[in-house]
Amino acid sequence: MNKQKTDSNAWAASTARNTVRLGYWTLAWLATSAVAAFGPKLVWDFATLPTILSVLANLAVGFGMILATRRHLRGLDEMHQKIFLDAGALSLGVGLVCGLGYELLEDIRLIAFEPKISHLVILMCLTFLAGMIAGHRKYR
Amino acid sequence: MKNRLKVLRAERDWTQARLATELAVSRQTVNAIEKGKFDPSLPLAFRAARLFELTIEDIFQDDVVS
Repeated sequence: MNKQKTDSNAWAASTARNTVRLGYWTLAWLATSAVAAFGPKLVWDFATLPTILSVLANLAVGFGMILATRRHLRGLDEMHQKIFLDAGALSLGVGLVCGLGYELLEDIRLIAFEPKISHLVILMCLTFLAGMIAGHRKYR
Repeated sequence: MKNRLKVLRAERDWTQARLATELAVSRQTVNAIEKGKFDPSLPLAFRAARLFELTIEDIFQDDVVS
């Protein structure tokens, strides 16, 4: 029993650590994205080497964030894993269908502007958030 | 799937948080299982059975059978 309780406490602490770690990786990815997006124009006047380095740093930190997300997901208990995966599946499906549809709108000249990837990212984030909220409400 | 987790927990005067700690899951998960909204995996059902020193069938009952 004592061993099981120790394991349980270790599990709770590990989950909290994984969540904080994922937060740090996400912030780092946002920071490197900002540097890669605005650095060339505002800081080093489109010099090639710093631009390439900033993009590589962004990709490296992005992969780190993916691994941190995987670790976070695996550290959750089974119900929260299910909620997370359901929300992810919904977000992926909506992103695929709406993303392709959005792109098609320009091809068939129903919209005059060029579709922006940021709109799709926002849609997927909002869909994931809605899926997480719906999942938590479902099992409340 | 029906279960007797709430009764077994009450017999020991445990809170949901205490049971969640014992089973290494969140309190929300214990609450969802007790209410029958979430069916636990086999490993979690075994953990509960070991914890209460019962068989899985003593704790969880299939709706169709019962």
